[in-house]
Order: sequence, then C-alpha cells, then structure tokens
Amino acid sequence: MIPIEAHQLRKTYKSTVALDGIDLHIEQGRIVGLIGPNGAGKTTALNALLGLTSYQGSLRVLGLDPWTQREQLMREVCFIADVAVLPRWMRVTQALDFVEGVHPRFDRAKAEAFLARTSIQPHSKVRQLSKGMVAQLHLALVMAIDAKLLVLDEPTLGLDILYRKQFYDSLLNDYFDHHRTIIITTHQVDEIQNILTDVLFIDRGKIVFNSSMENFEARYAEVAVIPDKLAEARALKPLNERPGFGRSILLFQDIDRDRLATLGEVRTTSIADLFVALLGNRTTIREEVAA
Amino acid sequence: MNAQTNTVSESRFESQAIADSRTRPTRPFYWSVRRELWENRSIYIAPLATAAFIILAALLGSVHSTGLIVAHNGEPPHQLPVAQQLNIIGLIVMGITFIVAIFYSLDAFYGERRDRTILFWKSLPVSDITATLAKASIPMVVIPILTFVITVITQWVVLAIAAASLAAHGQPIGHVPLLQMQVGLLYHLIAVHSLWYAPIFAWFLLVSAFAPKVPILWAVLPPVFIEILEKLAFHTSYFSHFLRYRFGGAPSGMDGQSMDISAAHLSDMAPIHFLLSPGLWSGLALAAIFLAAAVQLRRYRSQN
Repeated sequence: MIPIEAHQLRKTYKSTVALDGIDLHIEQGRIVGLIGPNGAGKTTALNALLGLTSYQGSLRVLGLDPWTQREQLMREVCFIADVAVLPRWMRVTQALDFVEGVHPRFDRAKAEAFLARTSIQPHSKVRQLSKGMVAQLHLALVMAIDAKLLVLDEPTLGLDILYRKQFYDSLLNDYFDHHRTIIITTHQVDEIQNILTDVLFIDRGKIVFNSSMENFEARYAEVAVIPDKLAEARALKPLNERPGFGRSILLFQDIDRDRLATLGEVRTTSIADLFVALLGNRTTIREEVAA
Repeated sequence: MNAQTNTVSESRFESQAIADSRTRPTRPFYWSVRRELWENRSIYIAPLATAAFIILAALLGSVHSTGLIVAHNGEPPHQLPVAQQLNIIGLIVMGITFIVAIFYSLDAFYGERRDRTILFWKSLPVSDITATLAKASIPMVVIPILTFVITVITQWVVLAIAAASLAAHGQPIGHVPLLQMQVGLLYHLIAVHSLWYAPIFAWFLLVSAFAPKVPILWAVLPPVFIEILEKLAFHTSYFSHFLRYRFGGAPSGMDGQSMDISAAHLSDMAPIHFLLSPGLWSGLALAAIFLAAAVQLRRYRSQN
C-alpha cells in the first residue's frame, strides 16, 4: 500500500492559497524531509495528510481518505504535531493508560522499556517534566505504536542539542524499519540530513524540489574553489556562490566530480545550502533554513 | 458439514486470528470519560467537599445541643425538621454539582483548543463523535450519578448523627421517609438534570466548541441580546419566558415545590406526564442538534 499519494492537492483560506496543487508520491520505507520557510504550506500539507483539515484535489494516505476516514487512519498513522501538546495535568501512567485504552496497536511494555532508559518517573505529571523530557515521553508513546506512517512536525523545536540528537537516534535505531514511513518537517535541516532518504522543498504552496538523497548527493556538489580557477569555475554556471574561509564556495548541479576536483576541494552539499541556492532570492529564507 | 468446508472456514478463522493478533480491543468511550475525570477533578471534589462540610456541620450541631438537626431550641422535635434537613442536603449538593456541570461544559472544548492538547487527542484513534459524547456524558450522566450517590451517603450519615443525638436526649427521631426521598431525588436527577436540562448543557458545550475567546460571554450574551431585541422590536418576552420555562425545571410533577418535603411523596412523580410533554422531546432534539454542531466544530476547528 502506498503511504501517500496526492494529486493536485489544494487548500485555500479566505484570501491566501496555502497549498497550490501539490503532487506527491511517497513510497514505503522512506524518511522524507519536508523543508520550507514558515508559511510555505508545510503544516497545512501535514494537516491535510492527517485529516485535520479539508482540501481539494485527491489524496490517499495508506489507501484512505484522511478527511472522511480519519478514525480508521489514526489506527495506522501517528503524529507529533509539536512539542508540548501533551496535557500538562496528565501523569505519565495516565498517558500510558489512555493510549493503551484507545489505541489497538499500542504496546505498553515497549513504551515502559523506553521510559525506563530516561529519567522520567512514572508518577510525574507532564507539567513537572522539562521540555526535553516531554518530547521523550511523547516519543515513547509514539514509538510503542505499531504504525505504518509517522508524521513529525517540528518534533524537536526548542529542545537542546543533546535531546535533539537522542530523539533522532532513538527514532532511527529503535523504531524505523522498512515497513514504516516517516515524514519530518524541521528548521534544523542539517541535523537530519543523514537520516533522510528523500527531501522535498515546499514554497508558496508548491513542491519546488523533490529528490532522493542518493540522487541529491550524486547531482549536487560544492567546491571550495582555488582562487586562480574561479573564472573557470564560474563558467560552469554554479547555482550559487558564497564566501567561506577566504575561498568562494560554488554549488554545482550535474557536473562531473572529476572535473570539479580540478577546481578545488569538493564537499558534500548540505540540504540547507541547496535550499538557499534554489530559493535564496527570498531574503527571509536564509535565516529560516540556517536557524 | 463436509471436510472441505470445514478446512476453509478454519483457515479463514486462522487468518482472522493472525490479523487480530496485532491489535487489541479498545474502549475509546470509556477512556475518554475517564480522561475527562482525570483532567476535571472538581467534578467529584466539589460535591465531596460539600458533603464533608455538611457532615462536619451536622456533627458540630449535634454536639451543640443538636442545633442543626433540632432547629428550634427547646421545642420538642417533630418529624419535619430532620426530613427537611435531609432534603436541604440534596438541594445543596445538587446546586453545587449543577454549577460544576455548567463550568465543565463551558471549558470542555475550549480548554483543549486553548492549550493545544487537541493535537494530542486527535493523534489517537478516537473520533470526534466519541470525544463529544464522552464530554456530553459528564454533565448529563456522570454528574447526576455522582450527585445521587454522594447525596444518599451524606443523608444516611447525617440521619445517623441526628438519630444518635436525639437518642442521647431521649427523643424519638420520628418518621423520616428517607427511601422515598431518595427515590424522589433519583427521579428528579434523571428527569430534570439529565433530560430536561440536556439542551442547556448542550448549548454550553456548543459554545465551548465555538467560542474564539471567553466562552462564558458567548454563552450568556446572545440569549440576553435576543431577549432585549425581542422586547424592543415586538414588546414581547416569549424568549425569556422560554428560558425561564427551561431553567425552571420540568413539568415532571417535581417542579415548583418539588424539593419541599411534599416531594418525598412518590405520588408527586408523574413520569407518564413527563414523558408525554412536548417540552422534553423538543429539548432533547435541540440538545442533539447542538451536540451534532459541536462534533462538526471540533472536526473543523482543531487548528488555532
């Protein structure tokens, strides 16, 4: 079953177009990064996938219509919409009781085993936990659910680097397998670059870039160009040029690696740099992605 | 049954079992009600505290020359005071839980949007209908049941205190129609608080699902505006009459003087009369419409 299949997905609010005809096809076993500036339509797109908002166009998530078959869909799909949406009055044990009581695919022992590795006490209330611990608790609940699709919308916003790293390590080591699919949006793109299998750029309600990471790494390369070779390098029409440590760093698309190696030091491109190169004409983007 | 069909049906059961082995049966409604009680502990703490206060007052009163129970100092106690005191206990607990029910209803949907926990609730396979029915069951079912149980226990305890205290003074407690009173209370709670007031609670729930801010104003101001508008435009007051009719209790035979001691007489209950009253059914229909609207609002308004 194809996790996500969308054709001409549109969503308009009163005066603004949030999604402007999105076509999307995501296969099983992928970890997809959905990258875009604020207001680009990321959250609207995820909300449409999760049946939290109505839409025009055709959309199938695990073969279901998310808006009309939401309850069924939620047995197969998990999401963390944001950090800190767990009820502050809730005790850890109550959270486990509740999810166990309503979710047919929740494995309580698994969640408890995960929590045992953290410093979270079972009788603590959510309001007594730090923001990082709340994220850990939420992750423990979600990872214990045998879901086919996991949607993470800024799951690590406001967490310090240790928690962020732990979060993605757990996700990758304890949860992900090739029967599952994960979609992540985050501003900290560089931190998740190595776990993604695919990357999507979304801007002004449109998918403007869509590539597997293999393809991405094969096609794009950055070169810290030797000063003498700068003119020669510029002749190859780089996508972008930026200063870095006394050298110009040029971003190339579809240029042979051996050719590039003669110009200077070839480096792997970061998703954030490509994003800036492709969409950098909008002044706000650089801050968003680099943040 | 021949061997072949047997094998077929067996293998079908087997595959069914395999499909089910990954899932457990769930009880979304039950857990949704429980989670409302976890979050809103005032639902049971308020009436329990009230009951504790009443029992404490009864104890102190019995020490002080049985003041609470035997109201008129020096006068010999007759039947009415004890029964009346017990009736007043019912009224106090009911009044408290009615206020709790109103405030619960006003916050039921608004609260989860305000603190964004709706994003957590909606990440689980609990439908908006189940969630809404669970919320509606708190003022319409759970609170009346709690009110009944707490009142009955309080009445027994206070009666025991009164009996002991009167016995100490060598006075008889007289006839207290406790069982009748309690049946009357149960009838009143079901007829009035669950059924007759259903549209009131449903209205507060709907406002809670709708209000962008300060739900209490959205709940109270529109009816007041309608009343004023009607008064100015038509010089009539049908709407306020309608509201008073609804709040004033049901044509159940229990209204008006219902909580007076005379209500203890079972003959005052008129379930047939009540069940046949159009006010009951129009009210329930209105409640159903309000709740259906609340379901839709929760579905559409999960964001912001």
